[in-house]
Formats: sequence, C-alpha cells, structure tokens
Amino acid sequence: MNPASIRFDNVTVRYPAMDRNAVDGVSLAIAGGELVVLLGPSGCGKSTLLRTVNRLVPVDAGRILVDESDVGELDPVELRRRIGYAIQAVGLFANMSVAQNVGVVPSLLGWKRREIAARVDELLELVGLDPAIYRDRRPSALSGGEAQRIGVARAIAARPRALLMDEPFGAVDVVVRTALQRELVRIVSELRTTTLFVTHDVEEAFRLADRIVVMRDGRVEQAAAPFELFDDPATEYVRRLVHAGDDVYRRYFARGRELLRAP
Amino acid sequence: MNYLISHPLRVAALAGAHLELVAVALAVASIVALPIGILAARHPRVAPWILGTLGAIYTIPSLALLAVLVEWLGLGFAPIFVALVVYAQFMLARNVFAGVTGVDRAQVDAARGAGMSPAQVLWRIELPQAMPVLIGGVRIAAVAMIAIATLGGYVGGVGLGVLIFNGLTLHQPQMIVAGSVAASLLAIAVDAGLRAAERRAAV
Repeated sequence: MNPASIRFDNVTVRYPAMDRNAVDGVSLAIAGGELVVLLGPSGCGKSTLLRTVNRLVPVDAGRILVDESDVGELDPVELRRRIGYAIQAVGLFANMSVAQNVGVVPSLLGWKRREIAARVDELLELVGLDPAIYRDRRPSALSGGEAQRIGVARAIAARPRALLMDEPFGAVDVVVRTALQRELVRIVSELRTTTLFVTHDVEEAFRLADRIVVMRDGRVEQAAAPFELFDDPATEYVRRLVHAGDDVYRRYFARGRELLRAP
Repeated sequence: MNYLISHPLRVAALAGAHLELVAVALAVASIVALPIGILAARHPRVAPWILGTLGAIYTIPSLALLAVLVEWLGLGFAPIFVALVVYAQFMLARNVFAGVTGVDRAQVDAARGAGMSPAQVLWRIELPQAMPVLIGGVRIAAVAMIAIATLGGYVGGVGLGVLIFNGLTLHQPQMIVAGSVAASLLAIAVDAGLRAAERRAAV
C-alpha cells in the first residue's frame, strides 16, 4: 500500500489558558514514506501539532491535508482508524487482553475474527514478543518495555498509511529504548508508513529521522535532514540545541544512526 | 427477639417485600443516575452544580420528604418508592462521576486516537473500568435504602417498617426489635454480597 502524504498549511492552534498560540502558523509538507521527527522542548507545540493530524486537537486556522484531502472535512472517527497512534503513556486498555488491545482497530474496522487473530500473532512476533506467551496477558502483567511494544503493535495493526507517535519510547530505560528504536526503523522501512514522531531527545531525533523539524514556541525553527541541520543550523537556537560544530557530537549522532541500521 | 422466633414466616415475608421494594427502587434509581453521572463527568464546569444539588436533596430529612410525597401521591407504595429513588441519586450519580473521571486519561486518549466513537469509548473503556466504583455506589445506596425503606411502614407501605410502626402503635417492643434486627441483617447481607461483586469487577 502506498504511504500517505501529510501537509500542514498555515496551521494555528490556540489554547485559552495560553498567552501565545500553541501552534503558530506552521506549514510543512511530508512526503509519503518519510519518517519526520518533531523535536523541541516541552511546550513548543510539537505534540499539539501531531494531534491535529488525527483531529484530537482542533485547529483554529489553517488546514491539514492527508493525501490531499482536508482532514477537517473527514469524519474524525473514520480518519483515526486509518492513522496509527502511539503515545508515551501507552494507554493500553486495562480491561482488555494484549490480543484485544492489538486488535482494537481491526475490530473497529470490522475485520473477521480469524483475520484479527492472525494479524495479532503476526504483530506480536514483529515487535519481538512470543504470541503464545503474551496473547492472553493483561496489560497489568507487562513490563514497561513490553507495554511500549504492544503500544506500537496496536498502532500499526490495521496497516495504517500514516503513523503518529508521541514520545512512544519516553518511559523506558536506554537499553530497551535502543531495541525499540531499532525495531521501529525496521518496521517503518518494511511497511513504508509515513511517520510523524515527537520527541524532546536530540539523540533520538538524529537516530530515527529522515528529516528533523525543530520547533520552538509553536513555530518551526528549521526543517532539514539530520546532518544538514547539524552542519548548517538556520538559527542560534538550533545551533545550540544540536551542538552544531562540535565534532564529538557529530560522530556520536552518526554512530547512533549506524547502530539502529546495522544488521 | 421473641417475635422473630415466634413469627419467622411473617418476618421473612416482610423482609422479602422490603428487599423487593429496595431492589426495584435501586434499579430505577440506577437507570436515572447513570446518565446524570455521565453528564457531570462530561461537563466538569457544571459537575459541582449537579452533584451539589443532589447532595442538598440528600440532606432533606426523610420524614419531611415523605410527608410532602404523601400529600402528592397518597399513602401506600408510591411515596416511599419515590423517596428511595430520589435519595439514592446522590450516592449513585456521585460514584458514576467518580468512576468515569477516574479512568486513566492515557487510555481514553488512546481509545479516541484508535478511532473509537464517543459511545464506544464510554461503553468499552470507561464504564467497564469504572465498574468497581459503580458497584460501590450501588452498595452504599442499597444499605442506606434498606434503612430508609423502613419508613415505608409509617405511610402505609410494605416491608419491615410495618413491624416497627405496628410495634410502636401497639406498644410491642419485641415487634420493633424484630423489624430492626431483620432490617440490619438484610443490610449486612446485601453489603457483603455487593462487596464481593465489587472485588470481582476490579481489573
């Protein structure tokens, strides 16, 4: 299936409690199959921007186009079923088994029971968990890393053409995080799913991204490929954020990318 | 206790009628309280007003409320039934509110993000997880209603209150004791049963 393109067209979001726009006139085009990381400190608007794509956050101005159709004109429930969504807190449904969690979108889409069961087993293997062991477990019986894996499996279960991930590996230790990042790079390149990935972790951004979008105070500071950003930062803010000019960091970030892509 | 021993069938019949009154009132009250509690949970700004109003109604002395209801509905089953439904709203709606708002927000976010409709989020995620708190509300309401329902005996209703008020009229303390003890035992049994259900519903 060909991946979806996503285009932000002058998107602005206001929160009543905030004295400035949470997202302030962001325009950005993401090609099908691209893995774009939104990078910035908390409060910079990256999560808000992400959540406008599946309409969990309404926009006050501008529009978002997924495959050239304005999401504002689509039924939000239908839209969300076609877009994968994974969050830092994971939010596995505590009243459902692992299999029911992973199969939730296919079941909402009306897949047959047998198709869902087969897909669940396939996905559990894809994220490195033995279906025979994990299928019937409750979320409360999972470790943090296992829960994050299930969260990713749930997000991609219905073969979405776009995937939204909001710090999905933020709550696990560094060893598990690297393993999950490796799997994500592999899965996304296999599925060729357009992916928007939010993080505040510069190293994680350099490891994963085809393109990094640095955000600050609701605006895009710079959008560029990781080492373009590093070698040619557009602003002082970006320069300091990525430690531009420091060769130790350059090698460190490059090593991180290799680490995830080594066989 | 003598009356309890000498008239076990009479006490049992009244206890049965008592339980039936409470059960029917509780069922109706739950059907009313569920949407009220959900409405409060969905609108945090008006929730204090909704729950505050129900709380204020709960503080009206039961005899006073019954007197008003008798004026309006006459003697018999109706006034005590309506009083029970009205009193239970506070305990039931409050727990629906607490149960639904207590569900992990990340799960609700994930459910919406997965493409569940608002009704699906409610029925598949929020209410199943709120179930122990909902049953807790039913349990607290049931125990209070078993006590309040004895006043039904005063307004020509049914149940163990008949024994208590007849005992008062006839100066038969044993009847009063029998009615009170039976009502207490009923409350303790219902409380224990619903506690067990509450534990089973916990995820």
